[in-house]
Amino acid sequence: MLEKALSGSTRYRAWIGGLLLVILVGITFYIRQFNEGLGITGMSRDVTWGFYIAQFTFLVGVAASAVMLVIPYYLHHYKAFGKITILGEFLAIGAVTMCLLFIIADLGQPMRAMNVILNPTPGSILFWDMIVLNGYLFLNLLIGWTTLTAEKKGIPAPKWIKPFIYLSVPWAVSIHTVTAFLYAGLPGRGFWLTAVLAPRFLTSAFAAGPALLILLAMLVRKLSKFDPGREQIQTLAKIVAYALPLNLFLLGCEIFTVFYSNIPDHKLHFQYLYFGLHGHNALVPWMWASVVLGIVAAVLLVNPGTRHNEKILAWACGMCFTATWIDKGLGMISGGFVPNPLEEITEYWPTLPEALIALGIWAIGALIVTVLYKVAITVREQEAA
Amino acid sequence: MGTGEGKGMDRRGFLKLAGLGALGAAALPAGWSLVKPGEALAALGGTVAGGVVAGRRWAMVVDLRKECPAGCRDCIAACNTTHNVPTFSDEAEPKRHEIKWIWQAHFYSAFTGIEQTHGREDLEKREVTVLCNHCENPPCVRVCPTKATYRRPDGIVMMDFHRCIGCRFCMAGCPYGSRSFNWRDPAAGLPAKMTNPEYPRRMRGVVEKCTFCSERLDAGKQPACVEVCKEKLLIFGDVANPASPVRELLKEHYTIRRKPNLGTDPQVYYIV
Amino acid sequence: MIYDKGKIFLGLAIFLALVASPFWYNPVFGTGKTAPPEVKLPAKEKGDCVLPKAEMRSSHMQVIYDWRETVVRGGGRSVVLPDHREMKMSLSNTCLGCHDNKKEFCDACHGYLAVKPFCWDCHFNPKEQV
Repeated sequence: MLEKALSGSTRYRAWIGGLLLVILVGITFYIRQFNEGLGITGMSRDVTWGFYIAQFTFLVGVAASAVMLVIPYYLHHYKAFGKITILGEFLAIGAVTMCLLFIIADLGQPMRAMNVILNPTPGSILFWDMIVLNGYLFLNLLIGWTTLTAEKKGIPAPKWIKPFIYLSVPWAVSIHTVTAFLYAGLPGRGFWLTAVLAPRFLTSAFAAGPALLILLAMLVRKLSKFDPGREQIQTLAKIVAYALPLNLFLLGCEIFTVFYSNIPDHKLHFQYLYFGLHGHNALVPWMWASVVLGIVAAVLLVNPGTRHNEKILAWACGMCFTATWIDKGLGMISGGFVPNPLEEITEYWPTLPEALIALGIWAIGALIVTVLYKVAITVREQEAA
Repeated sequence: MGTGEGKGMDRRGFLKLAGLGALGAAALPAGWSLVKPGEALAALGGTVAGGVVAGRRWAMVVDLRKECPAGCRDCIAACNTTHNVPTFSDEAEPKRHEIKWIWQAHFYSAFTGIEQTHGREDLEKREVTVLCNHCENPPCVRVCPTKATYRRPDGIVMMDFHRCIGCRFCMAGCPYGSRSFNWRDPAAGLPAKMTNPEYPRRMRGVVEKCTFCSERLDAGKQPACVEVCKEKLLIFGDVANPASPVRELLKEHYTIRRKPNLGTDPQVYYIV
Repeated sequence: MIYDKGKIFLGLAIFLALVASPFWYNPVFGTGKTAPPEVKLPAKEKGDCVLPKAEMRSSHMQVIYDWRETVVRGGGRSVVLPDHREMKMSLSNTCLGCHDNKKEFCDACHGYLAVKPFCWDCHFNPKEQV
């Protein structure tokens, strides 16, 4: 079925060509990073994880959100989602691949990555993260490809795929919980040492992922003959309408505990992010933008009048995605490392090579999603014909 | 194996056969016999000596009752020399890629959370020596996915630079900021002739930190920083041995440790 | 029935030529010298190596690897050989202590075989960098 991705309109080819160019730029800079070391990024002795790990954390959430399509369709037999679960599964494949690439890009000695498998350490959460991420990738590849092939042949999916589909539901929750546990068990990092981190990760995942899916569905409708359906988009919007306010609520819970208890260990990080600390305030405008965008998007999504208007809905989804991206993709990592365990401040901002490598990896993800979507849509178009 | 409409195999069947064949060839023992750990050492036919002595528990006591002499950096210089720790002088932001195993920090940076508004204004300017605490319950060891950092039976939290994949999870896990990462090739910060040719340097992409001079301890010597301190403000010994000097000091004096409430049980004690 | 027979066989021929290039490139374009390199051994006074020459040649990698795991991971620092010699298990000090000319000893064979062990990233004096 992959051959369906090899033919397309001029616009399709131009898009693929553009992505390949961005990927090439990213690879060039990665080669430089491989030879010179991670010093070409903005990371430092105090802020030892940066843009790459932040993108990985954000994308794990997006990948997990495929479960928001699987649960209604396979567990509750919500027939309407039947035609778009494939879009969620293929998005998950692209997202998880990006996660793994970001981790590899962040390693100081990537050639030794096999050491994690050769020296298994069940006490380390990173070990489990490797297992669940690769497992989820495998699950989505298997489920997506098998169901699409069955659809192409016009027959029901084989029975043996059902257990894998049911497995993918708790597995999706596990990938983001395990990723949250990377952070939430570190005694020296007060910003992350909160029980509410895993729930926050999940709520922001189930807001960002479906929001992206809505935007992709609208794009698919515009660019091809396949229409994911107005009802499907509205149901997805309802899911975001629940997840986003929950996410904001959990943020509010954190703000209360941290500021009311007044414990410096936890408070200093929030102060740095939202108000600046000792003159260091690089992230303050971004964090407030995230809060404002999040609240506006939540209002637009909860209010049925604005949610039913697909134009406004698109804007709301864009705002929701941006707000959650800033929160997880910029604020979360810096917030944990600034100030450092000695309450000294070293700020972090990605450098140009770092940003271009990250962009290259995003382009790889976009390429995977484009190719897989092209295959799925072509199958659907040919089916409809 | 799929057979297409004509005779013979179709493309799918061929790919399945080729894949299985490749897997089978890879599973042959010939491919995996490269390095069997321990075999070569056993072939030497000798006996290994000089291992870690059981029952020991190394610890350090830092005497804060006396201030370090103004400008004295002997312990830091000794450590950097003994272990070829690089110093980068060509950077716009020198602290970004800094590598330090032992250094001086402000009193309230080393001991966070005990600031008091009145009565001890002198502590605002006081500097104390900080290093890896070689915790009894180290979070860095807990999170390392490859056991590249691990606890020796004698309590030292060690680094295996050969195995480290540079994920920096240990750096995130350390509550004391004791670890440094090689963001660039350390050769740029080292002289052409290494300060200590008997000890290797590290390469870019691995984490490093104080090892309590394990190679010197195994040879019966004291850590470099302890040996070189003229004021004898660093005392080192086996805290599991009731007769050792560190145990005596702990009995006689009240000591504090860094962030003891985190459950790490650090083994660097400060006499106040 | 093979379609595009000409193109297929031409492509196959080019592929085989590329795959076999390690064998014919040197005789055709290079110096043609295929004899193994001469390694400069240390002076006889320095004594015997850990193992006899033939065994060291075939398995010095395993010896160094086992020494590394034993020393680094706390199993011991020296080995007492059957002939009662005690040797410190150290690449930097013991091995390179006798074989102190990396260029003429280690690199002679490694260069010939295009082997790039990452040991040298840390375990040698940069003054002697090749």
